[in-house]
Amino acid sequence: MKRKNKIMEIEAAMTAVKDGDTIMVGGFGLKGCPDDLIDALIKTNKKDLTIISNDLGAPNEGLGRLLTNGQIKALIGNYYNWNTDVADAYNAGKIDVKLLPQGTFAESIRAAGVGIPAYYTLASAGTQLGEGKETKEFNGKTYVLEHALHADIALVKAYKSDGLGNLVYCKVARNFNPVMAMAAKHTIAQVSEIVETGDLDPECVITPHIFVQAVVKGGY
Amino acid sequence: MINLTKEQITSRIAKNIASLFDDKDDIFVLNLGVGMPTSVAGYVTNENVFIQAENGLVGVGPIATGDDIHPQLINAGRQPVTETLGCAYIDSSTSFGMIRGGHVDATVIGAFEVDKHANVANWIIPNGKMLGVGGAMDLVTGAKMVIIAMTHTSKGKPKLIQECTLPITGFGEVDVLVTEMAMFFFEGGRIILKAIAPEIDLAYLRSVTDVEFEVSDDLKIMIA
Repeated sequence: MKRKNKIMEIEAAMTAVKDGDTIMVGGFGLKGCPDDLIDALIKTNKKDLTIISNDLGAPNEGLGRLLTNGQIKALIGNYYNWNTDVADAYNAGKIDVKLLPQGTFAESIRAAGVGIPAYYTLASAGTQLGEGKETKEFNGKTYVLEHALHADIALVKAYKSDGLGNLVYCKVARNFNPVMAMAAKHTIAQVSEIVETGDLDPECVITPHIFVQAVVKGGY
Repeated sequence: MINLTKEQITSRIAKNIASLFDDKDDIFVLNLGVGMPTSVAGYVTNENVFIQAENGLVGVGPIATGDDIHPQLINAGRQPVTETLGCAYIDSSTSFGMIRGGHVDATVIGAFEVDKHANVANWIIPNGKMLGVGGAMDLVTGAKMVIIAMTHTSKGKPKLIQECTLPITGFGEVDVLVTEMAMFFFEGGRIILKAIAPEIDLAYLRSVTDVEFEVSDDLKIMIA
């Protein structure tokens, strides 16, 4: 049997997405955000999506376009200040929004990927965001119990991939992409360059291919 | 009375915060929050100071302009930046692992309010247009030193007050507060004024500050 090749056309890759899915999307302030996959997600017109992402781009930019297109049921993330459409939709009761401190958000995604169901952190203890969460004392300080964040699909962006889906990133476009690739059941990667398997320096691979199910060629 | 433009206020606060790191003779990791704090980067001259941007860079250089702008290189405030010699890229969970794990020596964050208990409120104004928390709660609990950069007053009202009225970001976490008028150090329940703006006197400072504070025997004049 020949080694599997995960490179595919974007439309074929997006058939994995269903109505009601929970989808992680990489990126921070439009850097490392898989724009071509978001375009394709809009074309599928799948609805009632829960989007797990750091932010929601800007009004009608990046992930913001999914909100404009009415595909979002709920958001889990940490910083929507760059897209005030989110506050408008939330205040109007159109979508649910769950905020987590950014480090908690990152660690909860990592936890899902590495098989840790829950963990304790100091962030948010005693604050409005910690309300209703279990707490425990360690060394005289109160910690909050946080749970792993899982997803059906992760849409990530990387700089380079080989045919297997080993991923190499570019500068701060790395951000949440590696942990999201690990946390979701099915990860689709948008990359700007595809090389032969064996041509990536194994020392530089940040996301090993076992976390990636599909690779599509897209923009930089 | 102080009459400074918004830019002058920001640069004064940034310069005075940057001066706190002049004497670091060992590697010192500094995180700069979104907004006013990012300006501190422009005044840090000590090569031992490595600026961490929580979106994944240890070793943030000055703001990038012209040909130096790289499409995949921004700080946490989304400004294009340069990288320093010896910098490193990290993913978001490593970045916050660094913060939560106590490997960041200081963070500079903005604030709406600081109170006499060293509490800080900086993440949300309820029912507003800004829905976000960012990394502030992780930073105030994880960084070894928390430095607040904020204007001294808002529409003439003090922002250093008895009790925070807005939702709290962190309890008892503030170590230093720098405004365009003063530098306060929070030390074991005491608030100590260590530097004051050149244009004002103590009586004026007290009139725009809603908490009691002690005055250091070695009171300095802030860098203008």
